[in-house]
Amino acid sequence: MCLAIPALIKSIDGTEAMVEIGGISRRASLFLTPEAGVGDYVLLHTGYAISVLDEDEAQETLRLLEEMAEVAGDDGG
Amino acid sequence: MSDRIIMAHGSGGRLAHELVEKGFVSALSNPILDRLDDSAVFDLWGKVAFTTDSYVVNPIFFPGGDIGRLAVCGTVNDLAMMGARPLYLSLALIIEEGLPREDLARVVESVQAAAAEAGVEIVTGDTKVVNRGGADGLFVNTAGVGVIPEGIDISGSGAQPGDKVIVSGTIGDHGITVLSQREGLSFSTTLQSDCAPLNGLVAEMLEVSRQVHALRDPTRGGLATTLNEIASQSQVSIRIDEVAVPASEEVLGACEMLGLDPLYVANEGKLVVAVAARDAEAVVERMRLHTYGRDAAVIGEVRQENPGRVVMRTRLGASRIVDMLVGDTLPRIC
Amino acid sequence: MKYVDEYRRSELAQGVVRRIHRNSTRSARLMEFCGGHTVAILKHGIRQLLPPSIEMLSGPGCPVCVTDNSDLDKAIALAGIPNVILATFGDMLKVPGSRSSLQEARAGGADVRVVYSALDALQIAQENAGRSVVFLGVGFETTAPTIAASVLQAQQDRVDNYYLLCLHKLCPPTIRALLDSGEVGLSGLICPGHVSAVIGSEPWGFIAAHYHIPCVVSGFEPLDILQCIDMLTTQIEQGEARVEIAYRRGVRPEGNRRALEVMYRVFEACPAGWRGIGMVPGSGLKLRPEFQRFDAELSFDFDPGPTIEPAGCICGDILRGVKKPPDCSLFAGACTPASPVGPCMVSSEGSCAAYYLYGESGE
Repeated sequence: MCLAIPALIKSIDGTEAMVEIGGISRRASLFLTPEAGVGDYVLLHTGYAISVLDEDEAQETLRLLEEMAEVAGDDGG
Repeated sequence: MSDRIIMAHGSGGRLAHELVEKGFVSALSNPILDRLDDSAVFDLWGKVAFTTDSYVVNPIFFPGGDIGRLAVCGTVNDLAMMGARPLYLSLALIIEEGLPREDLARVVESVQAAAAEAGVEIVTGDTKVVNRGGADGLFVNTAGVGVIPEGIDISGSGAQPGDKVIVSGTIGDHGITVLSQREGLSFSTTLQSDCAPLNGLVAEMLEVSRQVHALRDPTRGGLATTLNEIASQSQVSIRIDEVAVPASEEVLGACEMLGLDPLYVANEGKLVVAVAARDAEAVVERMRLHTYGRDAAVIGEVRQENPGRVVMRTRLGASRIVDMLVGDTLPRIC
Repeated sequence: MKYVDEYRRSELAQGVVRRIHRNSTRSARLMEFCGGHTVAILKHGIRQLLPPSIEMLSGPGCPVCVTDNSDLDKAIALAGIPNVILATFGDMLKVPGSRSSLQEARAGGADVRVVYSALDALQIAQENAGRSVVFLGVGFETTAPTIAASVLQAQQDRVDNYYLLCLHKLCPPTIRALLDSGEVGLSGLICPGHVSAVIGSEPWGFIAAHYHIPCVVSGFEPLDILQCIDMLTTQIEQGEARVEIAYRRGVRPEGNRRALEVMYRVFEACPAGWRGIGMVPGSGLKLRPEFQRFDAELSFDFDPGPTIEPAGCICGDILRGVKKPPDCSLFAGACTPASPVGPCMVSSEGSCAAYYLYGESGE
């Protein structure tokens, strides 16, 4: 439900960060994700990072989807 | 001379006259205005287009423009959407007591610049001052006249089945820019309002094709609302392709963050056109040569069935209905 | 946009769709619990891509929709207090209460301000020392930790004019109540992705274990939802019932421990009233005693007035998934987004609004 959008951390100052979403910049609080670092992507919800995105998992998901697309294609649908 | 507008500036007395002469006429000067008669008098030949709009945008200054530019462009564009050549504008100001004179001067300068760009003249005006709290700084009303050349017959009801639908550029720029300036939503962007006079662009388009059937500029309510208006007025349906609609990364990012749909976000310098299919490519090509049409693209087509309906083919290939905007665009968390 | 565009690629979607069609032999009824999923499904036309064997139902996962009239009346009454600035997320502005809405209250002179974040509300408090800022706290476990964090910040910065009307709700107890009511026979549950980013996948375990219903945690992009439906279909076909995470880039089984710790430091579970469902034990959050000075209900004298439910409105049934929006006699007639009767039509995530706005063009 909750609208959370992947945002890139550009800089950090204490628990606050400047994040970027497709060219828009905003400050965000890392209070709930203190482990996040510059260069990480976080899920931004109402001005707070609620989760750090896992790049490896993201790639794995895409790989699975691509595989499915190939297999389905080979079967002729 | 005080550095703020006070009630006396609207009272019609010496202070008011001084404001009109030094503040407005000197900046906007032209032979008709300079006469300062009760009415502007001029000749018009042919079919006349006439329009009026009021502007209450807050804040009055925003990246890429201000209420002055907005007012001139808005009225010029309403005339241009009928295929008219815009000629003369009136300018009425309702000023909130306390507005810094410098701000007013900036707005007037902006009006002058926009008018010069559009090739129109401000030929008559009015000034009122209201008590503090009465006007968000400044309210503006403009009315405008233009003449429609022979043989041109364009309106929102002219779209025909088979026409291609073209949008002149990226959507949502103005709305997101203004939102970025509001308290409580703080985000920063290099985005600017797309506020622009489109009569030059329209003239170019009409040079290429006389089969331009409908023109509208999507302002408040966004592209979706305007497409619905055309569909309804013309009693046709419109089908667009999600992936074909141009939008900047920043608008998309802001919309994702705030939970807005770019189709419903305001524009101030874009137009939608329904043109005969065989002329569509040539029109787009010509539009792209113009500053205000460089991102022009065909986004869909006009059909006969289901009059009044707008349908969008999503990027997944499924279809969904695109309704008009209902109420305000509000940011959401859910 | 990274992490967004990749999950919208139509050629990949076709692959998953074909797989679902191939694998789905049994009739299956899937519920998406989360309003964000309802919107995404309708916006991208996902229903049209699914085989007829799969039926999609929407559940009570829109925090706006499930907010009871009585709670909304409290917010409106607080907004009417002269020195109060009521700060709210945009979602709540137009929701009708018993007699009015926050939007109408604003038109009548109340100082109601829309904010994107609780931090913005905190800033308003800091900039308006002589007035009181009441923040309307709605949302599930995705949002509650952020509100809790704002309370901790207010405490740290000694902001003494920041208050909270706490209407937060918890998902797992509600799903349990829904399943216990026995009204809806579900084959699978599409679990909310961002709630799960906070609480993890473990709390959904009881659904698979007790009710033998497969659960898959899904993201919000079209590919995420399709992948989730594919995984549910696989479990259903094999007669399994497990909890799986499709949204692996954002959700871990243990969730965000820090966010949960912050949430439970400031809040504790309490009974809460859900529109259409009634009182569900342990499904709401309230401020812990040590944070009571932030509680708007205790700090202000106000009378929300008697609670009135609109006649003919079946938002409750729709939220429980037992009826669909077109079943409501008011749908698209007396109740439209322009003049909503119930919250399901106001919230852009409410089933009714989503149905009305996105419709199914059937083309």
